[in-house]
Amino acid sequence: MSQAFPGAHGAPVTGHVPVLRLGEVLLVTLQGDLHDSTAQQLQEDLAETIVHSGATGVVIDVSGVEIVDSFLGRILAEIAGQTGLLAARTVLVGMRPAVAITLVELGLTLPGVHTALSTEVAMELLRQQAPSSRFGGLRQERL
Amino acid sequence: MHTAAGSQARLPIRSDMDLVWVRQHVRQTAAQLGFGLVDQTKLVTAASELARNTLVYGGGGTMETETLTGGATPGLRLTFSDEGPGIPDLEQALSDGFTSGEGLGMGLGGARRLVHEFSIDSSPGAGTTVRVASWVGRPPRPREEA
Amino acid sequence: MPEQAESTAGSPTLEIKDFLRRRREQIAQRWADEPLFRAVFTVSRDEAVEAGKAVVDALAQVADAARLEDPDAAGFTEVREQLARMGTARSRAGLSTAQVSGELAALRPPVENLLLADLPDAPAEHTRACVTALSVLMGTLRVVVMQTALSEGQALIDRQRLQLLEVATPVIKLWDGIVAVPLIGTLDSARSQVVMETLLESIVEQQARYAILDITGVPTVDSLVAQHLMKTVAAARLMGAECIVSGIRPAIAQTMVHLGLDLGTVVTRASLADALGYVLHQLGVGIVTPGANGTGTSGAVAR
Repeated sequence: MSQAFPGAHGAPVTGHVPVLRLGEVLLVTLQGDLHDSTAQQLQEDLAETIVHSGATGVVIDVSGVEIVDSFLGRILAEIAGQTGLLAARTVLVGMRPAVAITLVELGLTLPGVHTALSTEVAMELLRQQAPSSRFGGLRQERL
Repeated sequence: MHTAAGSQARLPIRSDMDLVWVRQHVRQTAAQLGFGLVDQTKLVTAASELARNTLVYGGGGTMETETLTGGATPGLRLTFSDEGPGIPDLEQALSDGFTSGEGLGMGLGGARRLVHEFSIDSSPGAGTTVRVASWVGRPPRPREEA
Repeated sequence: MPEQAESTAGSPTLEIKDFLRRRREQIAQRWADEPLFRAVFTVSRDEAVEAGKAVVDALAQVADAARLEDPDAAGFTEVREQLARMGTARSRAGLSTAQVSGELAALRPPVENLLLADLPDAPAEHTRACVTALSVLMGTLRVVVMQTALSEGQALIDRQRLQLLEVATPVIKLWDGIVAVPLIGTLDSARSQVVMETLLESIVEQQARYAILDITGVPTVDSLVAQHLMKTVAAARLMGAECIVSGIRPAIAQTMVHLGLDLGTVVTRASLADALGYVLHQLGVGIVTPGANGTGTSGAVAR
């Protein structure tokens, strides 16, 4: 674990954030304090992975994130908007209360982003309401 | 209070790596002073917004932290200074520009709502200095009517 | 107690110390008849006299340390609690700060009279110096009492305020995955913050997908309260929970319309029961009412 998530021990995360593939869903776990460039890199990586994998959902677990400022907030909103264009849905999972209060105070309520309390709920959400994607019902059946 | 009254630190803001150090330093200092989790998060987020402003619009600068022990509860003051082009229209910069994208002084209005005290000093060509302060256990300021 | 090296024999401070030790009994007797002692120590006169002696001892110790003007002098330590009790007892009895201060001032004249009686042949200069030293010491005593009484009062207020905030914000688990907070009383900034944090924490703890904020007991909804409600709803949504506001009474709804307040996209329901009904429906839980299925039982079943 500590190799996969260098940020888990308080050290800043630089470089790439691993993107895991679980069937039709891409799972990203953010942890620690994210470097600006790492967040931007993730945005690019995700767009590419969706195109190549044909994933219909992206789950971003932010339960390990202690702060989301307007920069990271905007990146998350952009990821959601961009995956939407690629016929996939983004669900933000496990935001901490302190982070949520702060984001609201900042004025960033991320209106276009789906949210869930846990990865489990997020997966369920994506299963239930799979969008009429490029592959239509075929994908839903395989889920 | 037995902690060193008015202890200070000064951090450079030259790269986006420095933003990470700024956040971690503010988080640590706030936690030591006894700020609750929500207030710590607000302060760190405000620091992140202001440090990024210093970096992006001011061309880099410094953050100074100062612990305040004079009041009923301890406080923390953060001062962000740069020698950049300055902000010609403060009023506009403080209005919620951050929603519209990459405006000048973006994040200033947001940062102001996350702290108890906020002051800004800037003029074209003379750089910008932003001072913010918060105190442990004080309720948040009600949001000003727009 | 050993003589302090710095208090030279015959100095006013030393004189006061000796006088206080010598006249301990008489001073305490006179104080016991003063309103401050009489009103606080009601069990017996002896109790008041004993309390008076303790204060005289403290003053003597402070004089011995030559710290007449220092409210933080070690001599006050032992009687600090007793003095605080006296101060708060009087203010609880309805006396204003000025009145308590006046009662404290009244303790000086009897002592001064005793002092003057003890110095019949002393040079006028020395007498004046001694009286001044005594006045200073009694003034410091006054400061100590007012200080302790004030900080005691502030501590009490802080304690009650915190208790009130906690008591006023219970989070109730209504169903698996549903929590509710019935709000009663006025919502100010501090309280709204506590409500928001408590509700959001319970959403995580209970993994509650739905949270109901019931404002039936909130007397007025102004723009500040509306703003707090909307912030709480927005923060809950960011965490993955839907927050419903219930209990908007007709009068409040009217005021909100008049003020041009709009809860925007927030889901609202007239009552807590309506809100619960809405949430159960969302969760796919059906309500079975008596007679509807012939069994006569009432309850909710998962669809």
